[in-house]
Amino acid sequence: MTPEEIRSKDKDIHAFLEVFDDAKSYGEGPLSGKRIAIKDNILFEGHKASAGSKILENFTAPYDATVIKKLKDAGAIIVGRTNCDEFAMGSSTENSAYGVTKNPYDAERVAGGSSGGSAAAVGAGLVRGALGSDTGGSIRQPAALCGVVGLKPTYGKVSRFGLIAMSSSLDQIGPITKTVSDAEAIYNVIKGEDPMDSTTQEFPISNFKFSKKIGIPKDFVESEGISDEVRNNFSQAIEKFRSLGYEIKEIKLEHLKYSLPVYYIIMPAEASSNLARFDGVRYGFHKDGKDSIDDYFKTRGAGFGAEVRRRIILGTYVLSSGYYDEYYGKAVEARGLITKELRNLFQDVDLMLTPTTPSPAWKIGEKSKSPLEMYLEDIFTVHANISGCPAISLPSGFAGKLPLGIELTADLGREDNLFAAGKEFLNES
Amino acid sequence: MDREKVLNLAKLARIEMGNEEAEKLSHEFDAILDYVGEVKKIGKFNKSDKLNKEFAVRNVMREDTEGHEPGIYTEKILNKAPSREGNYIKVKKIL
Repeated sequence: MTPEEIRSKDKDIHAFLEVFDDAKSYGEGPLSGKRIAIKDNILFEGHKASAGSKILENFTAPYDATVIKKLKDAGAIIVGRTNCDEFAMGSSTENSAYGVTKNPYDAERVAGGSSGGSAAAVGAGLVRGALGSDTGGSIRQPAALCGVVGLKPTYGKVSRFGLIAMSSSLDQIGPITKTVSDAEAIYNVIKGEDPMDSTTQEFPISNFKFSKKIGIPKDFVESEGISDEVRNNFSQAIEKFRSLGYEIKEIKLEHLKYSLPVYYIIMPAEASSNLARFDGVRYGFHKDGKDSIDDYFKTRGAGFGAEVRRRIILGTYVLSSGYYDEYYGKAVEARGLITKELRNLFQDVDLMLTPTTPSPAWKIGEKSKSPLEMYLEDIFTVHANISGCPAISLPSGFAGKLPLGIELTADLGREDNLFAAGKEFLNES
Repeated sequence: MDREKVLNLAKLARIEMGNEEAEKLSHEFDAILDYVGEVKKIGKFNKSDKLNKEFAVRNVMREDTEGHEPGIYTEKILNKAPSREGNYIKVKKIL
């Protein structure tokens, strides 16, 4: 597809913020000739990277993110940058400063988010694959709503050097593709230790053999207000795994239900700190005030959108003296408990299965009035970021014409189990 | 949470904010804080009860040597600044 063709096909979806005219191959390798899109928060030297924000409207990346270097070396053609919620904060791309991305299956509905542009571009067949970033479900949730595969790798597997940071103890870059094999191919290219991101490391693979054992936290799934379509689809997915020879085991996790409250404390806390760097002095948008400190107020007041302001202020609150112990301190403790519980679970089963989202794609505007309602969209995805565990969303059928997804979570470093089960589930040989 | 509190937090975060937005946020925060306040119900995490060893977050050390030739990135980085003077970033007078 030429840039013109992509632009024309994207007109009604708005997956792309920019389709590059200078897209080319930089090398020969496992992704030779494959056309890949990147989320607007990943730096590609000489190209704009705005993170969906006004505050970076005219920012051009001065260097390549590590994942971009790796894609170039592997022969991929980077065709454009995709729309996302501002600073990856959101579940629908409605928070982008550059307009909403529409669902390729129904233009009146959201594509999910925050990597909604990446998921829609793949779902609409505009690219072979796309990179997204996932802090609480931002790869997996839009992948589910757009009927494609989305992988959040283990925390530390993929370098975030050159990713515009939101919440550094949770952020991870991963692929969105049509098939599990494609996700695996891109993952194999972008993973690896990187001196520029000291959280990257090799994970010693445990000795446990893949025994085709799946745990289902039934109480948790049933208690979280899922729609009937999702419930039925989830039961069918369980049956499909059974028929593929998987052993299904009901499990009880005492602390799993705290994942979302923990997430909405830790994430804004880290975001409020990370986004302090946007000061209108060193780079990005600048708005003049009456003196130096007023420059900050004016720049940040005009440059950040509503959701970003909400999270910065919430983060400032949970970190402030007098509330720190009550919120942030408690959340960090709970995070330890959730992680331990999940890691113990994976001594017993290979994978945990849940729906990816509580409902299919909703109408644009339907949930934007209540931030809390939007936050509840992340209910089945945040545990993976809280614990660092890898998780994949797989297309699992439809509710009417709207796609649905199921999600598998594995132990740290066990992406191999996700790929094995995912390929079987999607009948990929 | 009330409007004044939100305005004070916005001040700490260096974000210009009007009364109307602060009022709206204060109500939203009540609902959000009520929800995330669930974490207060959990028991204590026993620190001696260690996580599996491969979860280790570790320090990454390197030799304290010059990483690259001085000055090779200066122009690239400085030309991103909204305002500059020669090889300096220009800001308003502070004192």
